[in-house]
Amino acid sequence: MSAWINLLYIISSILFIFGIKKLGSAETARRGNALSAVGMTLAIVATLLYLGLEWWMVMLGMALGSAIGYAAATRVAMTGMPEMVALFNGFGGLASLLVGGAEWVKLRDGGWVHYLEGLKAQSGVAVPAWFACVAIGLTILVGGITFTGSLVAYGKLSGKLGGKPVLFAGQQVVNGVMLAVAMACLGGLVAGGDGPIALGAGLILIGLSLGIGVMMTIPIGGGDMPVVISLLNSLSGVAAALAGFIILNNVLVVAGCLVGASGIILTVIMCKAMNRTLGNVLFGGFGASTQGGG
Amino acid sequence: MDYAPLLLLLFAFTLAIFLGFELISKVPSQLHTPLMSGSNAISGITIVGALLALSEWEPALAKGVGFVAVVLAMINVVGGYVVTDRMLGMFKKKEKGGPQG
Repeated sequence: MSAWINLLYIISSILFIFGIKKLGSAETARRGNALSAVGMTLAIVATLLYLGLEWWMVMLGMALGSAIGYAAATRVAMTGMPEMVALFNGFGGLASLLVGGAEWVKLRDGGWVHYLEGLKAQSGVAVPAWFACVAIGLTILVGGITFTGSLVAYGKLSGKLGGKPVLFAGQQVVNGVMLAVAMACLGGLVAGGDGPIALGAGLILIGLSLGIGVMMTIPIGGGDMPVVISLLNSLSGVAAALAGFIILNNVLVVAGCLVGASGIILTVIMCKAMNRTLGNVLFGGFGASTQGGG
Repeated sequence: MDYAPLLLLLFAFTLAIFLGFELISKVPSQLHTPLMSGSNAISGITIVGALLALSEWEPALAKGVGFVAVVLAMINVVGGYVVTDRMLGMFKKKEKGGPQG
């Protein structure tokens, strides 16, 4: 990755920082959003300067995504916007999962040595094998949780799923077990390298991450969904930052991390505005109607 | 193994956490949703990772997965910014009716 590309990445990171800052105050919010959009455009243009991309796929994919995103964003009714944000957030999470997946496919296809050499050629940074694998596993885990969690939040907000919390006996135990098995799979992915055990562990990890996202969101009532979407937004930032650690890309790490950190703070602020704590929202299992407000 | 470049990335990561914490303070409650939506659009930065998966020498499956990632990330980016702008646009119109002019 040339110095020019990295220089442009730094500028776009600065634009994201000012963008978020300005979004926090009423007079400058719209300009802040525009500023961060310029930052994003710059980051994309800088990436396109990287030689050797499959151009027709790049152009087709970007055109398709832009058209769908634009159509959805302009057509949604004013009242439907929060759930649309949840849906977009879910797509972002899935995109991060797939970035992790694509890197995993590359690794499995060419083997360790070849993959790490390619990574070094692209980013200029040499990493140990275990690091790449941990980053891939965590990206898949967090991306998957973000995806299905956001889909459930979308369903609850739009009324497609019903806003009532879904609770059953031993729910926390089931969630704990799922998370523990996911961690074990992550271990298998790292220890198994490019062998068959890692393949199984990785596939189970993908399934579990999607399951955990659902399990995490269903016990929360529809009235608390804005807080949950804010938390999932933070998670999608973390997923992007983790994806940045796979490909050793500074703009992904910085921008993703900014969203992750500011998203957590915003989530806590939103909880406070409802006179609740985050733990209370996540594990309280109520807030279906009376507690929501905010 | 030279860990210095990796540590530099971790360094940036750590500083970005603190910066992210500091950026958000005293946000008026009517801006909570636009702020969430705007930062959601930024998390679409994963588009950069998705694009880099489309290098021409990569295996076909990786490119296929990368292509889907590009489409989804682009929906997140474009949709996110447009919807945030619409939210803030409504906000401004409301203010114009007030004494602020």
